[in-house]
Amino acid sequence: MSHRPFHWYRYASPQAFYPLAGRMIPWFWALAAIFGVAGLSVGFLIAPGDAQQGEGYRIIFLHVPASWMSMFLYLVMAFWAGLGLAFRFRLSSMMASALAPTGAMFAFLSLWTGALWGKPMWGAWWVWDARLTSELILLFLYLGFIALQAAIDDPRRADQAGAILALVGVVNIPIIYFSVKWWNTLHQGSSLNLARSSMATTMLYGMLLCALACWMYAIAISLMRARRIMLEREKDTLWVRKELGF
Amino acid sequence: MYWNNLSDFLAMGSHGPYVWGCFVVMAAAMILEPALLRRSRKRLLERLRRQYRAEALDGKAARESSGECP
Repeated sequence: MSHRPFHWYRYASPQAFYPLAGRMIPWFWALAAIFGVAGLSVGFLIAPGDAQQGEGYRIIFLHVPASWMSMFLYLVMAFWAGLGLAFRFRLSSMMASALAPTGAMFAFLSLWTGALWGKPMWGAWWVWDARLTSELILLFLYLGFIALQAAIDDPRRADQAGAILALVGVVNIPIIYFSVKWWNTLHQGSSLNLARSSMATTMLYGMLLCALACWMYAIAISLMRARRIMLEREKDTLWVRKELGF
Repeated sequence: MYWNNLSDFLAMGSHGPYVWGCFVVMAAAMILEPALLRRSRKRLLERLRRQYRAEALDGKAARESSGECP
């Protein structure tokens, strides 16, 4: 039987990645919908109320996935930006640019859902607490990355400047994550760790399913945005003309 | 199913406005983002097609004025 090796690096060029991404997007949308419906059903319809927080705790099924994604997407964005900076891979920088708006959206949603959870539980929409403040800085880092790239006309230079900002900003991620341990904060500690979970099993499954839905959503939307960026940046190449039927 | 009736579900034990305030904004964001992106992609494709058509016409006109065969 003949065996054709899979050359993954072939997909490092926008020309090869564009159609592959186009084929993957519907699958990630489908997975996002399936996990989303399952997670919300478990979280909002099946999971019992919380002994301390009553029904208001259900914000956890939205807040925790949004917060995880805001941090995780920043790391992925910085990784791609760093690869683009070090090796001048065009596709890496495009992926970094594609992730930033979605990361900013999740950071905003994390703060929004956090404020609406904080008010009934703590009596305040906002406190200058280590966890909340570092998450706000994360939102500003995303916005700074987007604004910096938009302010520089030459895409290569915009990528380089953005990459440096993204890499420096990575220092904020462990600060957010460990803030509840390092400082006395109003924000509750981690609901989940590898050794044990402080949550009921149904709540945990609901939260993990919602997190998976956000993850699939983030992949689908980033691939969509990356494809748009590829077309725009490579508009003078033959492959984009062919793609559009010229 | 945890809930006995719809009004309990909507009330969320007096935390309804907070819970649904989170849900509605998050759902809206996650529906709007792909919708806006799809619209901006459509506009980009239209712009690029216009540009390529204009370039093709310019090229044809230049060839005709210089007497070259197409």
